[in-house]
Amino acid sequence: MTDALDIIAQKNSLLVAFVFVGVVMWLSYKVSKHLTIGHLHGSAIAIIAGLVLAYFSGKYTGGSKGVADFDLLAGVAIMGGGMFRDFAIVATAFGVNLDDLRKAGVVGVASIFIGVILSFFVGAGVAVAFGYTDPVVITTIGAGAATYIIGPVTGASLGAESEIIALSIAAGLVKSILVMVSTPFVAKKIGLDNPTAAMIYGGLMGTTSGVSGGLAATDPKLVPYGAMTATFYTGVGCLLAPSVLFLIIKQLTT
Amino acid sequence: MIIYGVAILAFCTLVGKYTGDLIGIMIGVQSNVGGVGIAMLLLIVLANFPKKIFHIDEISQKGVRFWSAMYIPIIVAMAAKQNAVAAMSSGALAITAGALAVIFSFALIPLLIRLSNGRG
Repeated sequence: MTDALDIIAQKNSLLVAFVFVGVVMWLSYKVSKHLTIGHLHGSAIAIIAGLVLAYFSGKYTGGSKGVADFDLLAGVAIMGGGMFRDFAIVATAFGVNLDDLRKAGVVGVASIFIGVILSFFVGAGVAVAFGYTDPVVITTIGAGAATYIIGPVTGASLGAESEIIALSIAAGLVKSILVMVSTPFVAKKIGLDNPTAAMIYGGLMGTTSGVSGGLAATDPKLVPYGAMTATFYTGVGCLLAPSVLFLIIKQLTT
Repeated sequence: MIIYGVAILAFCTLVGKYTGDLIGIMIGVQSNVGGVGIAMLLLIVLANFPKKIFHIDEISQKGVRFWSAMYIPIIVAMAAKQNAVAAMSSGALAITAGALAVIFSFALIPLLIRLSNGRG
């Protein structure tokens, strides 16, 4: 009987994922309403619950895909993968106001460049503080502090060792998860409550998963504005980090 | 029909991602440059077309709005498939670099908001 259940679950993995996420969200909204009296939004709790489940699943299975490493929940990797994520993000643009986009145009674009350069130098500074002197290593870790895609792309093009590339991915992963979790808690303090602020936030943070998760947990209406700028960040980072920023680091270390 | 909305959405997403890849190849980076952003702009432009030329009717819109509403559940699934163990056990350097990048970026947001208000 359990065999038959396994086969059904594997053949219908995406449907199992819908049920799983549905249950997680239902419980999270209950917790939000009754335990936090609505202070912490249900979607914020659901996203944190997802990360916590991913952590314990990873501990248990030793895999790298969170709960999706359980055969039964393999469909979560499809539902939460890049295809559906991007599809749904684009759909959120349907309610976007063109005037709001234009208003933040210049600052929005500037925030992408400022964001990449800021995160890069913070990461590079940390690498130096930990005793690294090789410009390739410092650049790769700095790039990783921008996003976990810029790190390995930069490291690969500069010929960094695989442990350093792994470190840069980890730095980007830490950033992305921190952005997801912390955004709803700091949103009020930093004035993240309008489209312009959301575009600046997306440009500065840059991690698409972090920004999309963080805004979902704060105010879903702001998602398209933040996602709009964040989606250019990784491209700009992959352009700047192995070229201009690497040359600057090289100058500074010799 | 609802499928019209879903089809338009999928079309925009595909065109955007493809354009993003092409830009990435053109400027010589191994990454998609703004694919999702381009797709969003394309959808916004289509939605704001003069009604006589191109119009997404009420029912077709439902096909787009459904996926917009599925956004948060999809993000929850995305959170549940993260390599959270790697992030938590990555050691002091990765955690410090990632955390400081987030703190500095958050700190800069109010400043940029003020700049944009002063300009406009």
